[in-house]
Amino acid sequence: MTEPCCIVVGASHAGGQLAVSLRQQGWEGRILVIGDEPFLPYNRPPLSKTFLSGEKHIEDLLIRPEAQYEKVGIDFLLGQRVTAIDRNNKTVTLSKGETFAYDKLALTTGARVRPLAIAGSELKGVLYLRDISDVEHIRQFIGKGKKAVIVGGGYIGLETAAMLRKLGLQVTVLEAAERILKRVTAPQVSEFYTRVHREEGVQLETGVEIQGFVGQDRVEQVQCGDGTVYPADLVIIGIGVIPNTELAQAAGLAVENGIKVNDFCQTSDPDITAAGDCTNHFNGFYQRNLRLESVQNAMEQAKVAAAALCDKPIQYNALPWFWSEQYDIKLQIAGLSTDYDDLVIRGDHSDGRKFSAFYLKQGRVIAVDAINSPQDFMFGKQIITQKLLVDKVSLSDPGVSLKDFLKK
Amino acid sequence: MPVVTYISHDGAINEIEVASGTSVMQGAVDNMIDGIVAECGGSCSCATCHCYVDEAWLDKVPAASEMEKDMLECVLEPEDNSRLSCQITVTDELDGLVVKLPPSQF
Ligand SMILES: Cc1cc2nc3c(=O)[nH]c(=O)nc-3n(C[C@H](O)[C@H](O)[C@H](O)COP(=O)(O)OP(=O)(O)OC[C@H]3O[C@@H](n4cnc5c(N)ncnc54)[C@H](O)[C@@H]3O)c2cc1C
Ligand code: FES
Repeated sequence: MTEPCCIVVGASHAGGQLAVSLRQQGWEGRILVIGDEPFLPYNRPPLSKTFLSGEKHIEDLLIRPEAQYEKVGIDFLLGQRVTAIDRNNKTVTLSKGETFAYDKLALTTGARVRPLAIAGSELKGVLYLRDISDVEHIRQFIGKGKKAVIVGGGYIGLETAAMLRKLGLQVTVLEAAERILKRVTAPQVSEFYTRVHREEGVQLETGVEIQGFVGQDRVEQVQCGDGTVYPADLVIIGIGVIPNTELAQAAGLAVENGIKVNDFCQTSDPDITAAGDCTNHFNGFYQRNLRLESVQNAMEQAKVAAAALCDKPIQYNALPWFWSEQYDIKLQIAGLSTDYDDLVIRGDHSDGRKFSAFYLKQGRVIAVDAINSPQDFMFGKQIITQKLLVDKVSLSDPGVSLKDFLKK
Repeated sequence: MPVVTYISHDGAINEIEVASGTSVMQGAVDNMIDGIVAECGGSCSCATCHCYVDEAWLDKVPAASEMEKDMLECVLEPEDNSRLSCQITVTDELDGLVVKLPPSQF
């Protein structure tokens, strides 16, 4: 008899953690992680932060060094893509036709960038930012004084704008909605970031409809619906991501804006789990289906999925959180603010670079955006999970310690 | 290579070689010491890499930034020797460093 094998598809935050957690949970069989990028799992957040700026190198990004995986017996097959899953015969097929048998399977295929399919989007210098190769591509086009146009005022676009300013480029951010970060924050937070980016010399335009990119063989201009033209040496598009669910869907697994998983990160096939950006789960805290895009969720779900594969199920139960770094500003977000019915600002969002926005629903805090206010984030997390009714006046007063809100 | 000793809450002792220039957190993550979670990968954003620096080493470890100090006040069971392990860079001078891990990072 050959030893049982668990195959993990996707070698990033979720895949790497899942493999390690399998060992920690006592999986004794083979572990094979197959990933289509040519790298061991690496930290993606620095791509738009310190890696883009050149402060960090590829070796610094790796989550764990190669020797460590070898030590605990985790095998990697990198630069190879899984093209099909055969659930009857329990095999996966790679692009070159090779097949591998599995006893258990984990899907950690993540997400890919949403393409902007408009005139000129195939021109050289029209770029995206999701992986190491994207950054290496971007590097070829940047330099002091060059003109960069960022399409999309979400966190990744704004982080990229901040970093390119630091590198001495002229930066323009074009957002389609009437304000940046509209999908994820209150107007006050959008206002704050708009002010900061302008203070840092970024030209930021909202309500912009982009018609196309123009250039000889590389991009030279961005053309907008109202006739405005922005000169550009490079364009970086950051308009969100699409979950990689095609593989799961073709294998007949339940998919609905992500691979459907239960509280134990199991898919509709009990031998297959899924974790990270590619999944959709019912969140008990927010009472709805969610597809999260964060490192924390990828790691947390990976641990839960590994436990299920080892027949030691633990329930997923984590408050979502996220962070973003732009200029000298660290933003830490706890919880999800969608559906809030009231907002409390603690500090001053219209001056300086430190305040917090607390999102309330029926008198209880459901999320906080803490800007250079780590304590508001840390205590905010606890206030959210304890589901406390809060007094808005004290909450808005930076002089009142949030510690006093908490149950002892 | 400098050696760092990690003492888990249950008393388990791990003596680990950690390359100069990497963080105390990374040494733990690389070696799958599960008392350190490190959700943010070392960007001083999550406080799930909390540790207690052995008293004998306190004055050899560079001081915490304001950001780190603020976060430390909110961790479970903070002490005067609490640190975020991702913010301590291992150097030859720290060869022999001893850190204790808390019962939980949440
Ligand atoms: C620039 C940038 C900045 C970010 N900043 C932050 C931040 O500050 N904080 C935060 O919490 N999150 C941040 N994120 C989000 C975070 O990186 C993701 O949530 C996280 O990477 C999700 O991990 P994952 O393993 O689920 O998926 P991914 O990281 O998307 O990895 C999936 C992997 O699977 C591979 N794959 C897919 N299909 C196949 C197949 N068929 N065969 C083989 N391999 C396959 C993919 O190529 C990829 O390598 C950022 C993301 C980006 C791009
Ligand atoms: S790893 Fe997140 S604060 Fe240290």
